[in-house]
Amino acid sequence: MHLLVCGGTGCRASASDSIIEKLKSEITAKGLQDEVQVIMTGCFGFCEKGPIVKILPDNTFYTQVKPDDAAEIVAEHVIKGRKVNRLLYVDPENKEHVSDSKHMGFYRKQIRIALRNCGFINPENIDEAIARDAYQALGKVLAEYKPAETIDIIKKSGLRGRGGGGFPTGLKWEIASKNKADQKYVVCNADEGDPGAFMDRSVLEGDPHTVLEAMAICGYCIGATQGLIYIRAEYPLAIKRLKIAIEQAHEYGLLGKNIMGSGFDFDITLRYGAGAFVCGEETALIHSMEGLRGEPTNKPPFPAESGFLNKPTNVNNVETFASIPVIILKGSEWFASIGTEKSKGTKVFALAGKINNVGLIEVPMGTTLREVIFEIGGGIKNGKKFKAVQTGGPSGGCLTEKHLDTPIDFDNLIAAGSMMGSGGMIVMDEDDCMVSVAKFFLDFTVEESCGKCAPCRIGNKRLFELLERITKGEGTMEDLERLQNLCKVIKDTALCGLGQTSPNPILSTMDNFYNEYLAHVNDKKCPAGQCKSLMKYVIDPEACVGCTACARNCPVNAISGERKKPHLIDTAICIKCGACIEKCKFNAISIK
Amino acid sequence: MSHIKVELKKEQVAKLKEICKSFNNEAGELINVLHKSQETFGYLPAEVQEIIAKELNISVAKVYGVVTFYSFFTMLPKGQHPISICTGTACYVRGAEKVLDEFKRILEVKVGETTPDGKFSLSCLRCVGACGLAPVVSVGEKIYGRVSPDGVKDILKEYE
Ligand SMILES: Cc1cc2nc3c(=O)[nH]c(=O)nc-3n(C[C@H](O)[C@H](O)[C@H](O)COP(=O)(O)O)c2cc1C
Ligand code: SF4
Repeated sequence: MHLLVCGGTGCRASASDSIIEKLKSEITAKGLQDEVQVIMTGCFGFCEKGPIVKILPDNTFYTQVKPDDAAEIVAEHVIKGRKVNRLLYVDPENKEHVSDSKHMGFYRKQIRIALRNCGFINPENIDEAIARDAYQALGKVLAEYKPAETIDIIKKSGLRGRGGGGFPTGLKWEIASKNKADQKYVVCNADEGDPGAFMDRSVLEGDPHTVLEAMAICGYCIGATQGLIYIRAEYPLAIKRLKIAIEQAHEYGLLGKNIMGSGFDFDITLRYGAGAFVCGEETALIHSMEGLRGEPTNKPPFPAESGFLNKPTNVNNVETFASIPVIILKGSEWFASIGTEKSKGTKVFALAGKINNVGLIEVPMGTTLREVIFEIGGGIKNGKKFKAVQTGGPSGGCLTEKHLDTPIDFDNLIAAGSMMGSGGMIVMDEDDCMVSVAKFFLDFTVEESCGKCAPCRIGNKRLFELLERITKGEGTMEDLERLQNLCKVIKDTALCGLGQTSPNPILSTMDNFYNEYLAHVNDKKCPAGQCKSLMKYVIDPEACVGCTACARNCPVNAISGERKKPHLIDTAICIKCGACIEKCKFNAISIK
Repeated sequence: MSHIKVELKKEQVAKLKEICKSFNNEAGELINVLHKSQETFGYLPAEVQEIIAKELNISVAKVYGVVTFYSFFTMLPKGQHPISICTGTACYVRGAEKVLDEFKRILEVKVGETTPDGKFSLSCLRCVGACGLAPVVSVGEKIYGRVSPDGVKDILKEYE
């Protein structure tokens, strides 16, 4: 029997370490340590209900486990074979306890390719990875295929880059392989800058060997012996597990000189990011690896011609690499049979925001937003109404009700005014103000712009200021026009992808929620009740019974009134924090 | 920017030189050197940058350019308990802004500042990837999930 405990960043933040410790000591106390193994794995994806403990072979899925539950799990489940009902996942629709994770709505529609090992293996133990086929694809490639044949397999599979752009991976490798040089480099882009996407981190934390293996395969194909992983310094756990994995792969002769006796050498080192979003852009990333400011440069030359230290360099995203070994083992036809005509395979999405099942999911390309949000995601939190879903991070846009039945793939998302990006999906409900959301993203781009080119450095700042005026109720109709014009200019003239896409959040919210912009400008109202300057808290003297609950909880003492008499809010002092509304049991306070 | 002069002790200078040397004094390793130095000293004041520039044989301007480009590097000392509020998109839509406002109000500091007693510093960070727990706040190594503005004073109490 195996007890798998999630060791992803989210679950560890809620004490999964001490759950493991307690389970182990309970099992040892009962003398079962030889029959029952406790394993810390990578992310199961179902972060909403973490920490997760999964029991194999019967697929029992315990949610929100606390360290104190360990004794009961061991005494009841492990020893007596009785499931601990109160920890089982409860189906939100029929309120039944689900005893086998295969029947959970969250997993039913998923197909796991990039995430295939996450949640199944201990990422710090290479033997477990090997037991699930790690390094077999590398062995097969080295023994059976020429580089060109391998590239052909990747090309036929139809795999497109998962880092945002969707460039065909096989073609990219072919270009790099044809450029002649004494040294070439394979780079894994693990910068994952989109705030709200965490799939790359989960792959690296849960299954680091798959990325190492794929990088070696890429090295063999393009003729490189050096690999570099550019990873965010904010991901300490992923860094630790990568270091362990690289060391273990060396010990087993799966990295280093003369891999598996084939004569092929390949080594991988880590480079650390330092908190600059633009370093996810490949030319900026390469400059950052060289120890410089991470400023993008014009393409061409593309990295495949002149990249790291001016040598041909192939840059791919973590999730792209994670799909490679399976394609080699199962064949390009198999991979190409999944997905849509022009987007093959699966895509990992990080579902977050106002959704019931926050987590990491992997679905075939072509799945609809409705399936993702309402079936896998379990619908909107607290029974609120769905308003929009933001995809593509700061470069993307908001999709609405009318896009719910659009099959998700690279091209459809662009046609709908957004983009795939790295796969962040933030769900918003009726309480979210779309002008504020656009302002949030512009705030991000203004801060992250590297400042090299004027359209992005100055233009985005102006966009932000215009949005700020509008959310304060100072905007005019001319401002809306100015906003639209400036967006177009920046898109056309910025140097790199950051600036070229930064107006997207504004353009798409203007497209889909123009009325909301109008309400801010003409009526000086925020329909969602989010923009502080446009709202006022008032107490209804009829409904107020003078219980003093609001006055006692107001952090700035803005509320006055005698006991049992209607209270009054001094709007000049009020900071609009909303604490009073939460405390009033008589619904006497409202936002006007 | 602080203009307080920092006097480096002899051992500290030696330690810095040792860090540079462990990367073969190569200019291309500047970012790794800065990471290690910040890990050791907690921050990167001008005096530290000057020594690094000399050891790697590059201009101080270049080092300063890199330090100020990357938000991970700081030229100001952090508080004894550095507080970071996640302002990624998921935390934003789940109310991180209100939590941040409450920290600012209670501590009477702005983002990027440290309280006068040196106890707490306040900063924002983009997505730690624990979106299931949004809004997320970290104090030192400890992560707090599902923080509400109401819960802010309880978090601060733990460090009194
Ligand atoms: C502003 C900006 C940020 C980017 N951030 C990332 C990132 O965090 N991770 C990533 O893999 N690609 C990112 N990219 C895309 C990379 O430039 C590059 O296209 C990608 O790493 C190529 O890998 P792929 O073909 O496997 O997708 C970013 C691009 C831009 C313009
Ligand atoms: S578009 Fe923005 S991030 Fe890109 S080069 Fe110009 S200023 Fe820098």
